[in-house]
Amino acid sequence: MLKHVLTPLAVTLGLLAGGPASAQGVVKIGVLEAMTGQQQSTGVQTLAAMKLYMAQHGDTVAGKKIELIVKDDGAVADNSKRLAQELIVRDKVNFLVGFAVTPTALAVAPLATEAKVPTIVANAGTSIITERSPYILRTSFTLPQSSVIIGEWAAKNGIKKVVTIVSDYAPGLDGEKSFTEAFTKGGGQVVEAVKVPLAAPDFAPFLQRARDASPDAIFVFVPSGQGATFVKQFIERGLDKAGIKIIGPGDVTDDDLLNGMGEQVIGTVTAHMYSADHPSALNKAYVEAFKKANNGLRPNFMSVGGYDAMHLIYEALKKTGGDTDGDKLMAAMKGMAWESPRGPISIDPETRDIVQNIYIRKVEKKDGELYNVEFQTFDAVKDPGKAKK
Amino acid sequence: MTSSSRLAAAIAAQFTDRARWSLLEVLFWLVALSTIWLLPDQHLILAEIVIWALFALSLDLILGYAGIISLGHAAFFGIGAYTAGLLAKHALVGEPVLALLLAGLAGAVFGFLTSFLVLRGTDLTRLMVTLGIALLVRELANRFGWLTGGADGLQGIDMQPVLGLFRFDLYGHTAYIYSLAVLFVLFLLARRIVGSPFGLALLAIKGNPLRASAIGIGADRRLIGIYTLAAAYAGIAGGLLTQTTAFTSLESLSFDRSADGLLVLIIGGTGHLYGGLIGAVVFRFAQDWIATATPQYWQFWIGLFLVLIVLVGRDRIGGWFTPLRRLADRVGAWRPGKTRPTVLPGQGGAP
Repeated sequence: MLKHVLTPLAVTLGLLAGGPASAQGVVKIGVLEAMTGQQQSTGVQTLAAMKLYMAQHGDTVAGKKIELIVKDDGAVADNSKRLAQELIVRDKVNFLVGFAVTPTALAVAPLATEAKVPTIVANAGTSIITERSPYILRTSFTLPQSSVIIGEWAAKNGIKKVVTIVSDYAPGLDGEKSFTEAFTKGGGQVVEAVKVPLAAPDFAPFLQRARDASPDAIFVFVPSGQGATFVKQFIERGLDKAGIKIIGPGDVTDDDLLNGMGEQVIGTVTAHMYSADHPSALNKAYVEAFKKANNGLRPNFMSVGGYDAMHLIYEALKKTGGDTDGDKLMAAMKGMAWESPRGPISIDPETRDIVQNIYIRKVEKKDGELYNVEFQTFDAVKDPGKAKK
Repeated sequence: MTSSSRLAAAIAAQFTDRARWSLLEVLFWLVALSTIWLLPDQHLILAEIVIWALFALSLDLILGYAGIISLGHAAFFGIGAYTAGLLAKHALVGEPVLALLLAGLAGAVFGFLTSFLVLRGTDLTRLMVTLGIALLVRELANRFGWLTGGADGLQGIDMQPVLGLFRFDLYGHTAYIYSLAVLFVLFLLARRIVGSPFGLALLAIKGNPLRASAIGIGADRRLIGIYTLAAAYAGIAGGLLTQTTAFTSLESLSFDRSADGLLVLIIGGTGHLYGGLIGAVVFRFAQDWIATATPQYWQFWIGLFLVLIVLVGRDRIGGWFTPLRRLADRVGAWRPGKTRPTVLPGQGGAP
C-alpha cells in the first residue's frame, strides 16, 4: 500500500527537481568556509583571496560569469555536509571550494562523488582527504609535506630530544606521525607525544608536561588561528627561557597572527609552503594587493589556498571552453602547473594532491614587523603520506 | 450519587474535548503534508527543520508539561545519533526504521538512568546536573575516538533504503518524507499522552508538586516516566539526523545543540506541543536567510532577532496565532465560549 503511494511520488519528485543543469552562462562556486567561530580567520583569509583573484582577473571566463555563493559552516562538519548538499541540490553549484578543517572536507567527500562536483580543498591538510573522492583536489598543503621536512631538518641541526604537541584530530595525528618517523630516522628521539583537544584549547597543562621532559624543542601543530594562544602560553610558562625551541609546520607562526606574538618568537624555525615574505615579484604584488583590498590585513598560507583554487577553476574553464561537466573539469585540472604567490606548484595527476616547494623559515624582524624568512628550499615536494603507498 | 456521576460525565467531556482536533491543527498538518509536493527544492532544509521540531517537541514534554528545565538534552540526541550511526556503519542493523527504534531505546535507557539525578533538587540544580551529564557524555565520545571517530566525526556511514524500498537521495526527498512521517507518528503519541490522566497529573506536579502529592499524585514515578519518554524522543531525533545525513559528529552532543533546542522551543512557546514545531520553522528559515545574506556576521542578526521575538511576542510566536485559533474554533463551532485547554500550560512555562 505504502509502496504504491510513495514510489510514484518519489519518481515525480525526482523529475521535478531535475538534473544539475546550471543557468545559462553562469558558473556557480559554492564556498564552504568557517566565517564564524575558532577557525574564522581561515575563512576570512580564503574568501578575501578568492575575491581578490576575481577582482584581478575579471568575473567572466570562457564566456561564463563566475558567481560565488558563500556559506558559513563554522568549521563544524555536520553543517558542512548539510550546506554542501543544499549548495549542490538547491543552488546547483559547479564547484565546491573551502574546508577550513579536515573533518568538514571528509564529511563532504561522499557528496562530491555522488554529485560529481569538482571539490577543491583550499585549507585542510590531512593526507587522506583526496583519497576519499575522485572529485577532490587540493590547493592547500598536507601536514606530512612540511612535517617530514622539519623532522629531517631538526635531526640534522642539533636537536636531539623533542616533545610533540598536536591537536587531537586527523591532521594533528598525520603531522605527529610523519614528523616522528622522519625525526627518529635521522637519529632524534621523541620523549613524549601530547595530544590536545581540538575545541577549547588551553595549552598550559600540556606545556607544563612538555617542560618537565626538558626537551631541546617542541614540535607543535595547531590549526590556523590557535597559534597565538599557544605561543603566548609557551612564553608565560617560561619555556623560551628554559632554552626550549618551537619547531613545526608553519601553522603556529601564522602570518596573520605573527605580529601580535611578540619578539620572543624571533628565531622560531618552521617548515611551510607559504610566507608573506616569499621573495618573488608575484608574491610582492599579491601581498600588496591583498593588504590594499583588506584594510592592511596580511595574507597567510590559508589565503593562497583560496587564490590558487580560483586560478585552478579559471584555467580549467578556459581549457573546457566553459563546459561545466564535472568529469571534463576534473580532467582539465589534473596535472595543471602554474606559478603561485608561494612559488611553482602543480596538481599531481595521480593523486589530485598538490606538489609544491616547502621552505624552511626562521622568524625575523624586517622593517619593524615579524616575518617568516625563508632560508632553505625543498623543490616540488609530493605528499609523503601517499608516496609511501 | 447524581453529583458524582455528573462529575464523571464532566470529566469525560473534558477529556474528549482535550483530545479533539481543532481545524487549525488539521490545517497545520495538511500544510506540512503539502510541502512534499509544493516545495521539492526545499526538502533538505525541511528535513532538518523536522528533526529540530522533534528535538524541541521532546524538550517540550519535560519543560512544558513537567517543568523540568534541561540544558543537557543533547546528551540523548547525541546518544541516539551515535547509536544509529554505529548500527549502520558496522551493518549491525541495516534497516533504518528498526535502527531508529533502537536509537530511541538507547536514549530512553540513558534517560531512565539519569532521571534519578534530575529528580533531586530544584530548577537550578537540574540545570547544572543536566548540563554536567551532557558535558560528560560529549567528553567520553571525544575520548573514545576509536569508536566514535572523535573530533573527526563518525565517517563512512552507508545507509540502507528505508523499509528496504526507498533509498536516501541527494535531494533529500526520502529524508524529508521519512522524517515527517516519524514526526507525525511521535506527535500523535505525545498528543495522546499529554491529553491522558498521566499528562494532567504531570501538569498538576508542574503547577505545585506539594499540593499534587497532597491530593495523591506522586511526583517521582511520573517524572521518571516523562523524562525517559522525552529522552527516547530526543534519541530518535538524533538517529534521524544521522540517518538522513549519513554522518554524525561531536556537534550532536554539544552544548550548542542543547541551547538551540531550548531556543527553538521558546521561540515557538512551551506547553502546547506545536511550540517546538513552529519554533523550528521560524528558527531555521530565519537562520538560513540571514546566514546567506551575511555569512560573516549572521550571528549578530540572529541574536537581535531572538531578543526582539522574546520581547515583542510575549506569548511567543505560538501566542500570535491565538486570535486565529479562536476564529477557527468559532467557525468550526466546536467549542463555543470555552478557552482551549492547550493555552493553559503556557503560563510560566518559560525559564
